[in-house]
Amino acid sequence: MSTVKPRIKLDKKEAKKGDLVEVKALVSHIMETGQRKDAAGNVIPRKILHKFTCTVNGRQVFAADFEPAVSANPYIQFKFRALESGPVVLTWTDDDGTQIVGEDAIAVT
Amino acid sequence: MIEVCNRRQALSLGIGGLAVVSGAWVLPAQAANDAQDLIAKFTGGKKPEEARVKLDLPEIAENGNTVPMTVSVESPMTDAAYCSDVLVVADGNPRGGVVTFHFSPSSGVAEANTRIRLAETQNITAIARMNDGSCYMAVKQVKVTIGGCGG
Repeated sequence: MSTVKPRIKLDKKEAKKGDLVEVKALVSHIMETGQRKDAAGNVIPRKILHKFTCTVNGRQVFAADFEPAVSANPYIQFKFRALESGPVVLTWTDDDGTQIVGEDAIAVT
Repeated sequence: MIEVCNRRQALSLGIGGLAVVSGAWVLPAQAANDAQDLIAKFTGGKKPEEARVKLDLPEIAENGNTVPMTVSVESPMTDAAYCSDVLVVADGNPRGGVVTFHFSPSSGVAEANTRIRLAETQNITAIARMNDGSCYMAVKQVKVTIGGCGG
């Protein structure tokens, strides 16, 4: 688990069942492409967040695979349909296996 | 590091000159852009129809390091009919893959936004795969003023 704290914003905290909830998330990460070289001409090894998932109350609603072509400090925005109350958990997986996890919650009425 | 990249880019453009038609600054040691291979693998060889996918990108990106991109796919997003995956590729980056989004019926709508790196002026292709296996696509050209090094 990494100490990086992602910024997560839901457009609403409470939703009627069936409503769409928009999620915006931003996380600090260099997203090193593996294409660049340092001053001595050595390739800087790739180090990116390659996997992103979002679960709501334990059920996966959205996921993405990032390639090196995703910008540094990756931003992601998507929606989900509010069906049940519960934690909204966002997880980014680094090439080195560590995970960055952020959490918010949605209340469905 | 950006300086190093730009110098390399300038250098290879200079050497390659007019002889190089596409992938102008891919170094010889690197594999060519694999965008077409990725598309073929994703669609299973089928030719996607140009419909239902909307790809929102700026006409001109001043900074190729961070280009906002929105993909949306027309789909009812019910258990019976939904868009399951969207692949985005760029044909002018060192590597073709950009991002793959995975949706589910509980996504409610097949729409996502992120920021991408573009090395040079090029075509971006988004391909949507539905749960029944059918594929749809959209292509958009983006003019890049300052390349995002190392796509």
